[in-house]
Amino acid sequence: MTLAYPHRHLLAIEGLEPPYIADLLELAESYVLLNRSGKTQRDLLRGRTLINLFFEDSTRTRTSFEIAGKRLGADVINMSVATSSVKKGETLLDTAVTLNAMNCDLLVVRHGQSGAPALLSQKVSAAVINAGDGTHEHPTQALLDALTIRRRKGRLEGLTVAICGDILHSRVARSNIHLLTTMNARVRVVGPPTLIPAEAARLGVEVFHDMRAGLRDADVVMMLRLQRERMAAGLVPSSREFFRFWGLDSEKLAAAKPDAIVMHPGPMNRGVEIDSAIADDPARSVIGEQVEMGVAVRMAVLDVLARDLRRNA
Amino acid sequence: MPMRDTLIANARLLDPATGLDAPGALLVRDGAIADLGPGLAAPEGAETVDAAGACLAPGLVDLRAALGEPGAEHRETIASAALAAAAGGITTLCVLPDSDPPIDDPALVQFLIRRGEATGSVALLPYAAATRGCAGREIAEFGLLREAGAVAFTDGARAIGDARTMRLALSYARGFGTFVAQHPEEPSLAAGGAATEGELATRLGLPGIPAAAEAILVERDIALARITGGHVHFAHVSTAAALDRIRAAKAEGLAVTCDTAPPYFDLNETAIGDFRTYAKLSPPLRAESDRLAVVAALKDGTIDAIASDHQPRDADDKRLPFAQAAAGGAGLATLLAVTLARVHAGDLTLLEALDLLTARPARLLGLPVGRLARGAPADLVLFHPDRAWKVEAGRLPGKAQNSPFDGRALEGRVLGTWKAGRRVFGG
Repeated sequence: MTLAYPHRHLLAIEGLEPPYIADLLELAESYVLLNRSGKTQRDLLRGRTLINLFFEDSTRTRTSFEIAGKRLGADVINMSVATSSVKKGETLLDTAVTLNAMNCDLLVVRHGQSGAPALLSQKVSAAVINAGDGTHEHPTQALLDALTIRRRKGRLEGLTVAICGDILHSRVARSNIHLLTTMNARVRVVGPPTLIPAEAARLGVEVFHDMRAGLRDADVVMMLRLQRERMAAGLVPSSREFFRFWGLDSEKLAAAKPDAIVMHPGPMNRGVEIDSAIADDPARSVIGEQVEMGVAVRMAVLDVLARDLRRNA
Repeated sequence: MPMRDTLIANARLLDPATGLDAPGALLVRDGAIADLGPGLAAPEGAETVDAAGACLAPGLVDLRAALGEPGAEHRETIASAALAAAAGGITTLCVLPDSDPPIDDPALVQFLIRRGEATGSVALLPYAAATRGCAGREIAEFGLLREAGAVAFTDGARAIGDARTMRLALSYARGFGTFVAQHPEEPSLAAGGAATEGELATRLGLPGIPAAAEAILVERDIALARITGGHVHFAHVSTAAALDRIRAAKAEGLAVTCDTAPPYFDLNETAIGDFRTYAKLSPPLRAESDRLAVVAALKDGTIDAIASDHQPRDADDKRLPFAQAAAGGAGLATLLAVTLARVHAGDLTLLEALDLLTARPARLLGLPVGRLARGAPADLVLFHPDRAWKVEAGRLPGKAQNSPFDGRALEGRVLGTWKAGRRVFGG
């Protein structure tokens, strides 16, 4: 790590300068090696308290942060909404007061409302990590995706990345768009017009509605989860139509480069946005690797934010 | 067995797409136009049809017709509609999906196309439902329906009233390069109405629909076309206010098109006097000033096509007190002649009138028909522009007899119709 990370929290990718992204990825790379060696660094966050505050259900992300925290020696506490006092009517800011009283150092927050982690960050003494807020951002997902791409392709710059599916509701898409465009990749978003947000092109991406056109010569195909609620809300007429036109199968993937990798943030809807034959193809799918990179990236983020805590101590 | 060549000789060739209006002959070979022009001789073995100076134009492309089949075969079958279409010079017929069952499934689209092929005389191009069941709530499977052959999307005689649904439909349609055709009538203002609100409706004691119901929905959908980039097509536009907004939207460069139907430039609301239910239409006939605005919009290009807006009804539908009678008029057999009345009145040139019935609707639909060109399908209509006849309900071709033009004297008679080179009327 050559540069001091300039923020107290990690709330968004948007606004993060390229050198800090590169540094985080470098550091994460070292944690990949550490994890693969089977060693830990339990002294790094010893005595620190990490709270996973999840207002939305999550298995993958919460577990990933939990493992990351434990490998660095933090005391990890999981608070999920089902067991918290939030269900009893406590407001977000009441929660902040409670957390401050508990001397929490690192607070990982997932919330259904865009901007909720930012609001909490103004009121808590802990460093806040956004683990997904509404349809705004999911910064550690973008970092782990970037790390996965970089390990497979050797770089981010100049790559063509097609992000496909429900862009409108995807915080993963937004964080990835910000990160990849910041690192000079060419980003395309592909999906039905009803699932592309207004003025998407203003985010620096190319918009496609035809999957084959959008995937043409892509280096990376990033699929997003299509939630059943989108059908109920009438944004897509049916899952069979979605799969026919925007589901990733081998025929559509043939438009991408022969060595294009396929990514998915999980959990997958097989037969809706992705064909199992693709999802399980070890030659194309890096979905398993993404999960591995998730732990390393989160260790790097905790490490960097804890340095700030040490400085301020 | 290959078809014999046919030479239609001694004709006035009219091709609005190229502006051709010249005497000559046209040679049909293997279902396509092999050649056309002056001094064309009949190849050996060809059958020659002497047009005796009559007009030969592309077969009409009717952008909008409801058929009785499926679901209301007592009013009309596809076979009887095909007879009426052939007699009217129509070779391509776009049919509405608000039938029973509604055409909202790919298999139904394919069924209708096959039923059209079975007639041998007219291409049926089904619209598919814009919303499931034409119920106005969830958008239908545009992609799968389009692959099955749906020509575009609409809920037929039902307006898509919910703004969010219309927005989604326009947005989603854009991804497939297709359009949504709207019945432009704000449903909450039209509910229960039987005639255009005004002095006549007041005198007759009929519940009125304000003419503004049309402009209100047109204005809204133009705004939705603007934010979605989608293409909205307004069917049977009938008021000056709506046409003004469409004209402005086109000038703005929005993807907005429209059609009208013969009743709206040939009749006004006085046609419903004496409670004539055959003149009960949807949208209802308008004031004379609106009729004149429709004529002006035909002339200046604001209106992209003239459609028959055919709606078959039987006697039981119409022999009712006016407000209870079904709206809708038969229009296939009279489409050409009522349009030619605008030519005889000096409002349109013959080529302009034919353009609105052939090349322009074909272009809107992206079809290779509607023109006299070498290699194009030999879909043709031969007509005498001046020959007089009288519309008589009960004596019209096909089953549906509910013509709003009953009793109208017209000039312009179809003499022959060819579909893909085969003579399907007037032989």
